[in-house]
Amino acid sequence: MDYLLTEEQEQLRRLVEEFVLGDVNPYYEKHGHEEFPWPLFRKLGELGLAAIPFPAEYGGGGLDYSTYIVALEELSRTGSRLGGALAVHGLPQLILNQFGTDEQKSKYLPPMARAELLGAFALTEPHAGSDAASINTRASRRGDKYILRGQKIWITHGGEADIYIVMAVTEKGKGAKGVSSFIVEKGAEGLAFGKRERPMGLPHHTREVFFEDCEIPRHNLIGREGEGFRVAMTALDSGRITVAATSLGLAQAAFDHALRYATERQAFGHPIADFQGIQFMLADMATSIEAARSVTRKAAYLRDRGLPFNAVASMAKLLATDTAMKVSTDAVQIYGGYGTSEDYPVQELFREAKIGQIVEGTNQIQRMIIARELLKKFKQ
Amino acid sequence: MNIVVCLKQVPKKDSILRIAADGKWIDDRDLSYEMSEADAYALEEALRQKEKHGGEVIVICMGPERVRQSIKEALAKGADRAIHLYDEAFDHASDAAGIGRALAAALKDEKFDLVFTGLQSDDYGFAQVGLVIAERLGLSSATIAMEVQPEEGGVRVKRELESGWFQWVKIPLPALLTIQSGINQLRYATLKGIMAAKKKELREVKAADLGLTADDLKPAQVIERAYLPLKSKQTEMIEGKPAEAAAKLVEKLRFDARVL
Ligand SMILES: Cc1cc2nc3c(=O)[nH]c(=O)nc-3n(C[C@H](O)[C@H](O)[C@H](O)COP(=O)(O)OP(=O)(O)OC[C@H]3O[C@@H](n4cnc5c(N)ncnc54)[C@H](O)[C@@H]3O)c2cc1C
Repeated sequence: MDYLLTEEQEQLRRLVEEFVLGDVNPYYEKHGHEEFPWPLFRKLGELGLAAIPFPAEYGGGGLDYSTYIVALEELSRTGSRLGGALAVHGLPQLILNQFGTDEQKSKYLPPMARAELLGAFALTEPHAGSDAASINTRASRRGDKYILRGQKIWITHGGEADIYIVMAVTEKGKGAKGVSSFIVEKGAEGLAFGKRERPMGLPHHTREVFFEDCEIPRHNLIGREGEGFRVAMTALDSGRITVAATSLGLAQAAFDHALRYATERQAFGHPIADFQGIQFMLADMATSIEAARSVTRKAAYLRDRGLPFNAVASMAKLLATDTAMKVSTDAVQIYGGYGTSEDYPVQELFREAKIGQIVEGTNQIQRMIIARELLKKFKQ
Repeated sequence: MNIVVCLKQVPKKDSILRIAADGKWIDDRDLSYEMSEADAYALEEALRQKEKHGGEVIVICMGPERVRQSIKEALAKGADRAIHLYDEAFDHASDAAGIGRALAAALKDEKFDLVFTGLQSDDYGFAQVGLVIAERLGLSSATIAMEVQPEEGGVRVKRELESGWFQWVKIPLPALLTIQSGINQLRYATLKGIMAAKKKELREVKAADLGLTADDLKPAQVIERAYLPLKSKQTEMIEGKPAEAAAKLVEKLRFDARVL
């Protein structure tokens, strides 16, 4: 594994950096975070960034995860919003690419790669978050249709997205083995959206999603009945690497702000960066970012080699999101009172960072996954 | 319409600059680099001309290995091929005469209609390299180009003069133009472009290939000492009615302080 970026990765990083400075930051400054940033998302498609790790034959970049995460981190270098949106868009792409039929792939993947269609991943329900196998949304076969009934919550891109991958129970009483996954297109009869949820920092556009006898064609089933939980978990294994990458970008952003501010802010006749108490904070921040980046790169590397990667992916997600939380907290501290002001950037990063510790499996769940892997071999 | 674009790589605009230990230039150890701004506009103008009139865009860049990054970026944006003057001997070419001589030598056998350079580089700011090339290759030339319109037998160029004045000139081809920053909207590279750039020709040229020695490139001008700009405070009172004073202030912030 190489610690340096390849020429191509460095070029991609620069392209993303230019895009962030040239378009992304000015857009958010002008339009705020209330609406989904459609122009930015479309532009990702134009630049070829909306499907970096997916096959070229379906319009993707055909590149590896090691390259994909470089772009995601850079896209999050002033905040994780657009990077987060791209990572979530990646979940349905991943599922379609890995489990979809040729027809499903050619119908959805190319327009998703061009960012003409936005994707969403709908697993969580009001009474089933971490314990995702206990979801209640039902899907019943009726002729050549499935009828979906139930409710999802916290669905990123809910109401905005064109394509929803929905996990629902096809066989009751079988737990995870009774779950199947489906493609639901926006506009399907009986598909409805609740009000927008308002997670702090508004990093994602999330809504409740309702299925009121929502009818979808039978061929919208992904894989076979009963495979849905595995489909969802497989997507999340890879998704965690992308959450790690966006959190790293965010952590780096908070650190860069803090470092610069510490050299500018004067107290007791010195820049505060002259004080050892501040220096130690900066040193710890930089160290933890390096460590988290190494583990994230390793998870991508293992995945690219076709080696088992889910424990390391969970470690990456755990470490990178905890690092983003700690670093952004310390960044606020280094800014002192100004750090809490909405006129300064670090409080926003701090609020966004918290979300990373919760989504795609809380950090408690990551520890469970890691421990399960560790203890697996001792089980009969 | 074949167009050559001369690119230079310079320290990034937001770099924190320190004077090197020998006091003669900046310490370049921790710097990141980018394409000099006016050169980026020159490249963009060339790509746009190519899109309108067809032909080939060739980029040429002199410098150490790191400049490959900027060359690759130009190829990723759509240039067709590149020439990299890559040799320790070229390190000696540190003034406009030397740099211009080396670039001109490398372009001698190329077939082109136009050569673009940036108006001036963001580091040395000589604004002369382009004219040295034109002189050495016997090209007609125009500086501070704001608009470029190829037409029968030549090219019409809108030049920027002082105090908001412009001038249209028509000069015969082949010609060299130095391009002003901001004359068009820069494009981004795309992922496709980055992948395509891997297959494009990037020819490395040594000084000996051009029949040049380190001695030929020895600068006639040397930098004795580099200084960071002195910081000083100056207060200017803006008189007049509030509305007029505000308008004046906005003008100063925009054009003098360049913060708006
Ligand atoms: C901004 C945002 C965007 C989201 N986007 C999506 C999306 O696009 N699609 C989607 O399906 N979901 C999405 N979610 C939902 C998210 O995945 C869930 O919030 C998350 O999985 C946790 O579920 P929960 O909120 O129900 O918490 P709960 O599962 O109720 O957990 C509450 C607390 O208990 C802890 N806990 C639970 N079980 C254990 C255990 N066994 N051992 C130790 N501790 C435990 C948890 O770690 C947590 O601290 C999003 C959430 C947010 C906030």
